[in-house]
Parts: sequence; C-alpha cells; structure tokens
Amino acid sequence: MPPVSAEPLVATDLACRRGDRLLFENLSFQVEPGGALHLEGPNGSGKSSLLRLLAGLLTPAGGSIAGGGARGFLGHDVALKPRMRLIAELSHWARFDYGIDRLPAAMAAMNVIALADLPCQHLSSGQRRRAGLARVLASGADLWLLDEPTAGLDTASAALLATAMAAHRAAGGMIVTAVHGDIGLADPQRLRLG
Amino acid sequence: MFLTLVRRDLALIARSPALWMPVMFFVMVAALFPFAVGPDARLLGRIAPGVVWVAALLAALLPVETLVAPDLEDGTLDQLASRGVAMEIVAAARIVAHWLGFTVPLLAALPIAAILVGMDVATGQRLALALLIGTPALAALAVVAAALTAGLRGGGALAGLIILPLALPILIFGVGAAVPGALKLLAAASLVAVAIAPFAAAAAMKQD
Repeated sequence: MPPVSAEPLVATDLACRRGDRLLFENLSFQVEPGGALHLEGPNGSGKSSLLRLLAGLLTPAGGSIAGGGARGFLGHDVALKPRMRLIAELSHWARFDYGIDRLPAAMAAMNVIALADLPCQHLSSGQRRRAGLARVLASGADLWLLDEPTAGLDTASAALLATAMAAHRAAGGMIVTAVHGDIGLADPQRLRLG
Repeated sequence: MFLTLVRRDLALIARSPALWMPVMFFVMVAALFPFAVGPDARLLGRIAPGVVWVAALLAALLPVETLVAPDLEDGTLDQLASRGVAMEIVAAARIVAHWLGFTVPLLAALPIAAILVGMDVATGQRLALALLIGTPALAALAVVAAALTAGLRGGGALAGLIILPLALPILIFGVGAAVPGALKLLAAASLVAVAIAPFAAAAAMKQD
C-alpha cells in the first residue's frame, strides 16, 4: 500500500506539443491524496500525452508538474517479453520497485496467479492488461497513471480493477486515468481535453 | 539496479532463438575464406587475423535490430523511464549484456575459427587478447547504432552503415595486434568508444 505522506499532484499551466501540433495549453489541475482524475476527450485530444507528461516520459512545452510521489504507469504497451514466463516478468519489475513482497497480493488482486507460469506470448490481450495492472499494484507507487486500463478487460476483471483502485485511494494513493466511459471510480474529478 | 538490468538482458539473450546465430556466422565466415582465397597456407596465415576480426565485427552487428527496438516498441523503455531510471544506465547495461552475450561464445568458437584459417597458437592467443580488448567497443557501437535506428524500418541495414566506419580504428589496431603498441592503442580506442556510447545511445533513446 502506498505511503499516505504523498504530496498532492499539482499541474500548472501545462502545455504539450507533439510535432507541430499544440495539443493543449494552460492546463492546470490538482489531485489530492485519495483523489482521482478522469481524463475525457475525443481520440487525439492529448489524453495519452498528458499521462506521459505526468509519468515523466515527455517534457512539457510549458508549465510545470509538482508532487504526486512515485509513479506507476500503464500505457498501451504492457512491456511483457514474449518468451519470458509471466512470473519472471512481474518479479523483475517488482525487484526494481522493491516490491517483491507486495507481488503475490497484487497478482491475486488482478487474478493472474493461475497464469504465472505461462510464457507471455500465450497470454490474451485482456490477460496481458491484467498483468500490467498487477505490476502497477505491486509497484507501491503513489500515483497510478492508467491509459485505457479497461481496454480488453471482461466485466469481472473490470470489477477487480475498480476494487483495487478504491483500495489504493482509501490508502491515500492518487489515480489519473484516460478512459472512454465509466470504470468504477467513485466520484472522480473530470478534466475535458480537446 | 545496473546489475538487475544486466541480468535481465542476459536472461533475454539466453532465451532468444538467435543466441547462437552470431557465433555460427563467425565460424561460417572463417570457414568460407580458405575456399575464397585458395589453400595457400602462407597467404591464409597472413590474412587470418583480419578475417577473424571482420567476422567478429559482422557477428556483433547481426543482432543489432533486437538490441533496442523491441524495448522501444513494447513499452519497456517507458516503464524504466517512469521509474526514473536514467537511459544512460539502461544503455550501459545493454552494452555489457550484449558484449557478454556475443564475446563469450565468440572466444569459445575462436579455436575452431583459428584452425579453419590455419592460424598458429601464438597468433591465436594474441588475437584472443586483442578481441577481448576490442569487442567491448564493437558492442558499444552496436548499441548506439541500434538506439539510433530503433523504430525505423530497415534499421538494421542503416545500423550497419553507421557502425562500420566507426569501427575502423578498432579493426586497424586489432588486426595489427602483433605490432608493438598496437594493443595499447586498441585499448584506448575501445575505452573511448565504451565511455561515450552510453550517453550517445541514451540521447537517441529519449523520446520527445
């Protein structure tokens, strides 16, 4: 579980440029510990780019980002090597996050324990997504940055995710997510792009 | 963290179906030369170190498309960057892993290659030492080229064009290992390449 001491995430006057195109500018928001921010907007409006800014993968064209603590990022690509067994992949990342003792609980929460010994190339896209979410859970990160986390998930798995997100927020964690539609976040702030 | 990355890269190399390809390639090239230049033992003996070096260079180049591009495409670099891991460290770990992954089998196959091109034992030992000193630079250059061409179609061929001219000093001092002082120059060239490469590769791996 994340430490409750995480600073609130504060974004001030953010601007993002991809190539020649200005995706957004003068974007300001704040997410308190325990809070959640739901990014909305049409395709190409900059939701994924905003998540990548918050994850430190892109440099903002203007403005600043402060606080938020350690990041757990799940993008469109789940970064699982096809020939490795799932448990080896998740253990590798958990070692990075000093979270090897959190891993079993995280895997149980996303229902991937039965898949542990399969090579990742045999996982379906929903199973890969669940594994990616288990990695975020095990990371112990304060701020979860989830890009379309429910893409490819069945209803049962989406419910598992909703439970995990509620537990994360109850422990003082923060969530920023880009989704179309509802993913079971209780009372999120909403930010409309585009 | 660095060791975790190296261990992980080695585990991935060990699982790759292409593990033995560079070495097979190395031995094949060495086996082809006697056919190409004829069975003149004196001539072969004279060009043998050069043949082995060119074969080693090509062997280092062979896996260049799998060095960085898969990590860029499947989000591994994103995961590392979002954890605050510097790309320089990732690149340095990749260089170490690539070097171990192709030099160890290469040196193991060297005696076979040496027999194929009719090299005597003393030359073979000197060559092994030169390879040991020079191959880190080849690995470093391969990783830089892989980082520069990751995400491009046909990047492998372009990577070859980038590496080959840069590898010339290594080749020159490596082949001339019998000349006094050449090994020191080889070590110097190798050190420079290895010292600069992580920064060059990291600059290419950072996306914006």
